[in-house]
Amino acid sequence: MASAATYKDRQLLAVIGDEDSVTGLLLAGIGHVTEGADAQRNFLVVDSKTETSQIEQAFQNFTQERKDIAVLLINQHIAERIRHSVDSFADPFPAVLEIPSKDHPYDPEKDSVLKRVRRLFGE
Amino acid sequence: MSGAVGREPVFPTRQSLGLMKSKLKGAETGHSLLKRKSEALTKCRAEITRRIDEAKRKMGRVMQIAAFSLAEVSYAVGGDIGYQVQESAKQARFRVRAKQENVSGVFLPQFESYTQDGVNDFALTGLGKGGQQIQRCRETYARAVETLVELASLQTAFLILDEVIKVVNRRDINSELDELDREEFYRLKKVSGKKQRDTAAADAEILAARKKAEAEEAAQAASGVVAEEPKAAESEAADILGEQEDNDVIF
Repeated sequence: MASAATYKDRQLLAVIGDEDSVTGLLLAGIGHVTEGADAQRNFLVVDSKTETSQIEQAFQNFTQERKDIAVLLINQHIAERIRHSVDSFADPFPAVLEIPSKDHPYDPEKDSVLKRVRRLFGE
Repeated sequence: MSGAVGREPVFPTRQSLGLMKSKLKGAETGHSLLKRKSEALTKCRAEITRRIDEAKRKMGRVMQIAAFSLAEVSYAVGGDIGYQVQESAKQARFRVRAKQENVSGVFLPQFESYTQDGVNDFALTGLGKGGQQIQRCRETYARAVETLVELASLQTAFLILDEVIKVVNRRDINSELDELDREEFYRLKKVSGKKQRDTAAADAEILAARKKAEAEEAAQAASGVVAEEPKAAESEAADILGEQEDNDVIF
């Protein structure tokens, strides 16, 4: 069960996405950089040159280590690159949300949560 | 219940009849309560699933519109503003807070988005040109993020609810298994108690036999020199008997 303490401090949204998605979401005002020496951003821009291990690390950082993130937005085509981690992440917090990007339309077949919904109804 | 095999051994008295009746009543009430809870939760989950499906579709549309408005921005500004935006992001203006919603005793979190006043990282973005487009784009994206947050809270609620439903459906089976376990343990305790009593009785018998043998030996010694062989064999046989009795106790 999720107790109040686990999500009371979660205020921020995080995003892993391509340049356009990140720019748009930052314009909406979700960007946050922690103060102090080890400034941490809550967003990661992924392009064709970004290593998969780097995405993986960011995903782990946002989902496991940071306790102030309530929702993690990730472009679906990027989630596809770390599909195993996304599928095996089952905790309610933070909520991992796969979003479409400009170049990659949304495919409900690949969404990890919709997959679970479909399994539930035995389809 | 597990059929005729699991029938409870009841001593037929009026008192135990009353006891059994109240036990049955309690079990039925508990079962129907759990069943009602499970049904309510399942209904809630179906509702949430439907809304998730809807919200996902809406998200597709909203994100498309938002992407288009961003394209307008890059056209108006005449270049990429991505780098500038990433560098100037410092404090989150758009935040969420979680509140709880109670559905049949299950607390489902719900994210609620709010904007922190007085935080504006992009005061200088688009100062040269395209300011109006940027402003519009920000509003579009803020609306898109609101949809996303709504979807996220639905998704979280679904995950938690799914887990709870599994537990509720499992709970009555589990409690029944516990009950069976307790009965089994009680039975085993009884059995082992009986075994111990039997062993004690057997030991006493052997002891009595030995004493008798000794008495006989003494009698034989008194009567004369008769062969000692049969007597030794007899005591040995008694020992073997004793050992076997001991092995039996282990179960």
